[in-house]
Amino acid sequence: MPPHTFKVNGRQVTVDVEDDVRLLWVLRDLLDITGPKYGCGINVCKACTSHINGRAFNPCSVPVGEIRPTDEITTIEGLPDTVGADLHPMQQAWIDRDVPQCGYCQPGQIMAAVDLVKKAGAEGRTVTDDDIDEIRNMCACGTYARIRRAIKQGAANM
Amino acid sequence: MPAHRTAPAPPRALTPQGMKRRRFLGYLIAAPTLAVGAKLVSDPFLEAEALPSPVPEVSEVYDLSDLLLDSTRPTANLITVVLNEDGTVSFTLPRAESGQGITTTAAMLIAEEMGVDVSDVHVTLADARPELLFNQQTQGSASVISIYTPVRVAAALARGRLVEAAATVLGDEAENLRTTGGRVLSTTGSSIPFAELATRAANSVTREAVTELKPVDEFRVIGTAQRRDDVLAAVTGRKKYTMDLDVPDALPTMIARPPTIKGTVQAINNRAQVRAMPGVTDVVEISTDAEPGRGTTSSAVAVRARTFGQCIDAVNALDISWGRGNVDGESDASILQQLRAAPAPANLPSPTPLDEVGGQVPLATEVVTRPLDAAGATESIDHEFVFYWRSNAAMEPNVAIADVRDGEAEIWTPSQIPISTQTQLSQVLGIPQSRVTVHVPRGGGAFGRRLFSDAALDAARVSKEIGKPVRLMWHRADECRAGRVHPMCISRVRATYTADQVVAFEQRHTSVATDYTEAFGDMITSQAAKLPFANELTLSQTVFLLTASVPYDLGAVTLGYNEIFDFDRFATGSVRNLNNQDFRPAQELVVDQLAERLGEDPLEFRLDRLEDERAQGVLEKVRDEGGWGRDLPEGVAQGVVVHNEYKGSVAVLAEVDTRPATRNREIRGATTGPRVRKVTVAVDVGLPINPLGLKAQMEGGVMTGIAHVFTGSLHLRDGNYLEGSWDDYRYTRHWNAPTEINVIVMPPSGDRPGGAGELAVGAATAAVACAYARATGEMPTSFPIGHTKDVPFRVKPFEPPLPPSPTDGLTAYPTPSAAGPAFDPAS
Repeated sequence: MPPHTFKVNGRQVTVDVEDDVRLLWVLRDLLDITGPKYGCGINVCKACTSHINGRAFNPCSVPVGEIRPTDEITTIEGLPDTVGADLHPMQQAWIDRDVPQCGYCQPGQIMAAVDLVKKAGAEGRTVTDDDIDEIRNMCACGTYARIRRAIKQGAANM
Repeated sequence: MPAHRTAPAPPRALTPQGMKRRRFLGYLIAAPTLAVGAKLVSDPFLEAEALPSPVPEVSEVYDLSDLLLDSTRPTANLITVVLNEDGTVSFTLPRAESGQGITTTAAMLIAEEMGVDVSDVHVTLADARPELLFNQQTQGSASVISIYTPVRVAAALARGRLVEAAATVLGDEAENLRTTGGRVLSTTGSSIPFAELATRAANSVTREAVTELKPVDEFRVIGTAQRRDDVLAAVTGRKKYTMDLDVPDALPTMIARPPTIKGTVQAINNRAQVRAMPGVTDVVEISTDAEPGRGTTSSAVAVRARTFGQCIDAVNALDISWGRGNVDGESDASILQQLRAAPAPANLPSPTPLDEVGGQVPLATEVVTRPLDAAGATESIDHEFVFYWRSNAAMEPNVAIADVRDGEAEIWTPSQIPISTQTQLSQVLGIPQSRVTVHVPRGGGAFGRRLFSDAALDAARVSKEIGKPVRLMWHRADECRAGRVHPMCISRVRATYTADQVVAFEQRHTSVATDYTEAFGDMITSQAAKLPFANELTLSQTVFLLTASVPYDLGAVTLGYNEIFDFDRFATGSVRNLNNQDFRPAQELVVDQLAERLGEDPLEFRLDRLEDERAQGVLEKVRDEGGWGRDLPEGVAQGVVVHNEYKGSVAVLAEVDTRPATRNREIRGATTGPRVRKVTVAVDVGLPINPLGLKAQMEGGVMTGIAHVFTGSLHLRDGNYLEGSWDDYRYTRHWNAPTEINVIVMPPSGDRPGGAGELAVGAATAAVACAYARATGEMPTSFPIGHTKDVPFRVKPFEPPLPPSPTDGLTAYPTPSAAGPAFDPAS
């Protein structure tokens, strides 16, 4: 069982586990980082959306063996630190709009939204309804309307 | 409610002048700090409701909310409020919190009566408490209705004790004192915080006490927008769901399930080999019978491992010989054939009079008050509507942690029915109920799925068998293929009309049996003598009659319901609503046709035939605020519907865009097609407690309605469902969600709150269906409309049972590598 070393939420970690165990389970079952949620295990529901080196990805579909020692993983728990505040502007927007119902998908929704806004920003534009239409994160409570409004608010403050 | 049936009830005054305030009995409980318990001695709610006359549908006088309320009444005295030494208030709520916001609502009720900030009231969820009997079920949108009075009574008792204790300290008369912001204030300006009164106000002996409730016109918290009590935890990842709880040695556990519904294990052919796989600690066969002692049996193989990833790999590595399932060979087509072949429901129900509630009338069937014209003068519209299987899966799958050792069981599971879960666990484990503890963590959605104890039973059986704690989670594939489904059904409608009026409306609903045994069975049985139709009805027919209605005056109305199969042939249940998500769309599509035949505007046609003032109010509101009848391009159209249920009224006006530019949107792997662009909802629940939470429930109901119309369904083929995950099961996603949704909460129309969780589902489904029919000029008769068009995904294998996790997650974002082309359900 080879050790795997990488950085999660600013902390250097080492885990002993088989190469092919997906990162989601390494985070949740071995490191007790439970913000990223299981919703499908096959990269379609996006409940586990987190960031690797600043861009969004789905740890349910990445073998831990593919993570390099220099990689920095950010989960919802580490998102505020990326802006040096208690809350990321996107989280604040989520609170202001009272977005969550059951809340299970919301860490993934927020991580996807931050990535989307950053991508649009890199293209020199603000996020549009068409961009939001393409977010794949599933929500069974049906919070989509509030997510849409919150993303626009969060984007304005990022 | 049609005019000939119901005299319009005058809106109840919110603060009746000169009305004597009612006194409520409760308990002051002996405890180190102030603790009180509420008892609901009597409730005028039903008596205060003017009985409609002369010919109501059953649900208009005694509906599901009444049943649930009556069932909880005898045990409501066991709800307790505790004031802590730091001045905060604790309340343990015997309900599930799965996103519907009931903990926030409870905190508001307590804050209102006690005069404390909402943020200082901490609501947790009660373990299973069998002494609560029916007062620990979360279903039928009944939670707010059933806790509204008892929770306030407990809080009011606490406030009374605080004021008494403060009077001594402040040297003032109790009647001069008031409470606000967690302090008791005197008229002289002195005050004392609750924290300093917590022990002073404590009781040394438990005794009865009486209190009065705050009048409605003095409410300062109820009716104000309050964010969820756990919103910060939810957006920071700190909110703990069952699988996030720290229970030592409760290792991940998953299940290899049979390839067909309710199949059985004949043999495990490679147990030792799988047991030797990395991380695996146990491989064990268990019964997965979810109806212990009642239904059919099924079995499966459980694997416990260090990580869930290793569980998935081990499940797929198992070589199992499977026996037959329960419905092998059945497919959508064979079920449809059997539904059609079933005799149409008779002219239900029996002529038992409604004497319990005052009306000497036949049930559901209405007397024909206007003779039909001579032959040739009437015409009729006949339609059959088909509704396919739907999944009630939440984002958080079925989960449970179980530790069954040494004749004791400790379970954590987000059950909607923890007492029933506890009873079943006791039964299957052979452990007395008193030694089975069921904790209820907050759930990641429920929608009816957690009215069944499948995951808790699975986990407990595994733990007992191996003698170790387990953390059991269903795979998403199991959620589709082994989970509870809304049964496939058909609705046959016949409307008879003359040149200027509708004279008769018949609707006969035939469904695959719905399993109400766990959700409603005992409750209905216990209330059977009080129900206005005591005999000969099945549970399903009872639930049907408690929920089904036609809100409009359509002449003589006949409603009937019957089922095929035993209740447990399939694993069925409710999907965020019971019958009305199918029953109402079928009805409303025909109502639109009637309006057209009679040359009337669809909205005004409905409005003219509504007598219920609240229903009229919400319909007029969406007409005015939603721009009914505004100019829209060809291919875009509106649909509008009003619906009464759970002591409330809701109107939904939806605009659907079916133009090619919209339908042909390309988002890989997405259901594009027609899109609901704009939705206006007006809702009147009597007394709205938290408008913010109420709006959220309406929005959610709309999203579910959209899925019901276009693509949210399961395809049954040869004994199991083809769907194996999200994306296969096409619930509403961001790309389907309306870009504009406006929910209007009507001002209070009564002094009691109604239910909200399911209220919008039937109305939204119907409104979207009507809009789609108008936009395309063709009325759909099969739902969701995409169901029979295609299976727009590659069907995942049934053996091995779980789709393996991909490995390309570093490159496949946002679109997963397996996504197919976009799907237009209307093409």
